[in-house]
Amino acid sequence: MSEYNVINSRAPRLDAPGKATGRAKYVDDMSMPGMLYGAILQSPLAHARILNIDTSRARSLPGVKAVVTAKEAGLIKYGVSPARYDETLYCHDKVRYVGDELAAVAAVDLETAMEALSLIQVDYEELPAVFTVEEAMAEGAPLLHADYPRNISAEVHQEFGNVEAGFKECDLIKTTTFVNKRQDAAFLEPHGCLAEFDLFGQLTLHTSTQVPHYVMRTVAMVLGIPVGKIRVVKPYVGGGFGPKCEATPLEMSACLLAKVTGKPVKMNYSREQVFLHSRARHQFIHTITTGVKKDGTLVALTNECHLEGGAYTSFGIATVYYSGSLLGGPYKLPNMKYDGYRIFTNRPACGAQRGHGGVAARAAWEQQLDMIAVELGIDPMELRLRNIMSTGDVTCNVLDMSSLGMKECVEAVRDGSDWNAKRGKMSRGKGVGIACGFFVSGAGYPIYRSDTFHSTVVIKLAEDGGTAQVLTGSAEIGQGSDTTMAMIAAEALGVKYSDVRVTSGDTDLAVDLGAYSSRQTLMTGHATKEAAEDVKRQVIEVLAQDLSIPPEDIDFKNGLVVFKNGTVDFSRVRTRYIQEHRGWTDPPTGDLTFKEAARMAFLAKGTIVGTGKYKPGQLGGKHKGAAVGTSPAYGCSAQVVEVTVDMDTGKVTIDRMTDAHDCGLAVNITSVEGQMEGSLSMGMGEALFEEVKFDSKGKILNANLGEYKIPTALDMPNVKTIIVESNEPNGPFGAKEVGEGAIMPTIPAILNAVYDATGVWIHELPLTPERVYRAIQQAKK
Amino acid sequence: MKRLIKLLVNDKDYELAVEPNQTLVDVLRYTIGLTGTKKGCEVGDCGSCTVIMDGKPVNSCLVLAVQADGRVIRTIEGVEADTGLHPLQASFVEKGAVQCGFCTPGMVLSAQSLLERNPKPNEAEIRTAISGNLCRCTGYQKIVEAIHDCSEKMTR
Ligand code: FES
Ligand code: FES
Repeated sequence: MSEYNVINSRAPRLDAPGKATGRAKYVDDMSMPGMLYGAILQSPLAHARILNIDTSRARSLPGVKAVVTAKEAGLIKYGVSPARYDETLYCHDKVRYVGDELAAVAAVDLETAMEALSLIQVDYEELPAVFTVEEAMAEGAPLLHADYPRNISAEVHQEFGNVEAGFKECDLIKTTTFVNKRQDAAFLEPHGCLAEFDLFGQLTLHTSTQVPHYVMRTVAMVLGIPVGKIRVVKPYVGGGFGPKCEATPLEMSACLLAKVTGKPVKMNYSREQVFLHSRARHQFIHTITTGVKKDGTLVALTNECHLEGGAYTSFGIATVYYSGSLLGGPYKLPNMKYDGYRIFTNRPACGAQRGHGGVAARAAWEQQLDMIAVELGIDPMELRLRNIMSTGDVTCNVLDMSSLGMKECVEAVRDGSDWNAKRGKMSRGKGVGIACGFFVSGAGYPIYRSDTFHSTVVIKLAEDGGTAQVLTGSAEIGQGSDTTMAMIAAEALGVKYSDVRVTSGDTDLAVDLGAYSSRQTLMTGHATKEAAEDVKRQVIEVLAQDLSIPPEDIDFKNGLVVFKNGTVDFSRVRTRYIQEHRGWTDPPTGDLTFKEAARMAFLAKGTIVGTGKYKPGQLGGKHKGAAVGTSPAYGCSAQVVEVTVDMDTGKVTIDRMTDAHDCGLAVNITSVEGQMEGSLSMGMGEALFEEVKFDSKGKILNANLGEYKIPTALDMPNVKTIIVESNEPNGPFGAKEVGEGAIMPTIPAILNAVYDATGVWIHELPLTPERVYRAIQQAKK
Repeated sequence: MKRLIKLLVNDKDYELAVEPNQTLVDVLRYTIGLTGTKKGCEVGDCGSCTVIMDGKPVNSCLVLAVQADGRVIRTIEGVEADTGLHPLQASFVEKGAVQCGFCTPGMVLSAQSLLERNPKPNEAEIRTAISGNLCRCTGYQKIVEAIHDCSEKMTR
């Protein structure tokens, strides 16, 4: 039995009934009287100078209410990291990828808006384009942005310890190059939004986003509207996984068009436009060298990475740092050197996606660790255990593992998968592989430099005392954060889960940086807990006075008042409560309830409101880029995957997956499992099929969910999920992340299992039958 | 030129003038206002627009409204019982089969249609029945469990 009343249980999600009945509202389910429909004109060319944009025919089409280009929108630069604001809402001098935005139209209906787009005449002078890292960095290659020589959008050089000295001590040094492919997040709901100005110039933007706060700030900056005059509201969101972490041209166009027309404007991306907007997983080319002692002790690692970034920086600065810093653990490694280069190409911009920046690096390294294990004749599981970090360890790049159940995770998947009976012992074509990983529980610093709180939360009691309402700006995007906050609030306040309501995702309610970097359970959770404790303190104070007992003697549990020092005569309070509610149907009997106490507090002080806030303390090292990768806490996981490889066709089938994750205390056990299962499915797709493909002119060939294949119910095996609980000192009730960390080991565990099945190392994703078949044939030669 | 069509949606008669190129999903969502049916791709790839037409699950983005003339249609709004959640919906809630929820209406309808045809499906049959409904959040496991759970409860 858990020591808790609400958390650490399988409470059903608050939003599930609404979603299962179709009642839950997503942005495209909304409409407003007089609403117009917007559409965006996008470049058909990958790289071209804009000579002229003629919108006159579009403007004169009946039903068209506004046409906007850079002329109307201005040229204010924006982006994600202030250090690289390199986008303008619409292109003015040149276009940099197929899909770059040129203009937007608002019309009475979508058909008219689309027709208007076709009437906008753009004259281009086509420029030579670059599509790969190699092309982009070549001597004399055309530059996407004049200020960035060799098309390097960002570079990182870090060394911790002394790699050169480290390698001298090594018995075995191994180098491999590993390549993944550009991915799409393939959330089911395409981006959409609805913008409206009221008659006082106040803007409300309803939008499918992970980060209402950042969207508000970007819209304010680009459109020149004070932050206080913008409200961003996130209705239910049909998945995000990273690409919905930044303000989009869609959102800014809707706001601009609403401003120009004075009417509400609705806009959606089509599925193809979701692919064109992208901001999803980069392609990473990692060359990794690891040096070890004979007994498998890790000594030194060098990691060189090139990221194919697309036409703009987007989240890329963080990405290029993460693909280095996330190899600091979960193994003891004294010396690490990283050189990262993010490269502009004439393709859609890449950004953040689940496991931000770390997924390919993790795959590359965990595969190499297996190669080393095989060469040294050490069981891969054993090699990992020999080097594993535990609670209290600090990585060479100063990531503090304030709790880390890594060893427990490895042991759990070893036993849970029957590893010892299987590894190296299965018939040809069948194999089993292991990998580990870890991830941040929230970025230690906001995206823009500031001392802001990362989360503030307000909890308000209903006047009858029976309901606590949590008001937060955090973003429920499917991961279950509303439910988590309700559970944390109920636990901290001492009321029932069913007596808590959550209103979230609205910048008018509180400040919250949003759903990215697996931050909300820890950060919003802290603020929620603090707000609940504030409310509790206020109610206890009034009750203590009414009963003439010390406040320390009072506690709340499960909706009831607990007197710590034996029975207390509370008859006066009860009588007063019943008098207050004369004629109501549920006069309380038995123990004094929280509801009665809270009503007394209301009578004494008016509406009871508690507030909470959170920002991490000073974290991490002092080196350049230390801000990326530092976090108040780290989740970690280990996975064992079993595969069957058809030796004649190269087809890989995933038979079983066993996953153990340390999420600190599991606030909602079902939701934790759900994050693990979803992460594995996404990782499996990335390992086996997912790749955004382009033609020679930079146009996406598979911008749809038919040809860009993600796992279906038939591709996914059942997953055995094992939750390993540690007590994270920096987490609310000891809780930390699960949403992204769980994807880390999936790809390498599959790669390592494919080796066990075939005897072949494959260093390029995805593992299509063709690639696997060729590798098998190659090895035969 | 608009054409007049008749639809019976969730036991209610509609007479509507529709454009020849209008899809059923758009008519359901924007003309009738039944926004529980979702639209994830509009080209038949994702299954989020699944409705039951004359007893069979279809992707309503691939059906022209004029083709649906005279048909009987059930959307997610028609699944909820007067007494509350349909047992299938209750199982989805209880088993944690809902995350972002965007695939959920289509999943529930595909599952309901399966259970109508085959009240005691095995795991492979469940997975096949929902294989046209993409879900990016759950990895499908809890959805499969929910459908199995409902089948058990309803055939007990
Ligand atoms: S919207 Fe109909 S199948 Fe995707
Ligand atoms: S729950 Fe999000 S797509 Fe299925």
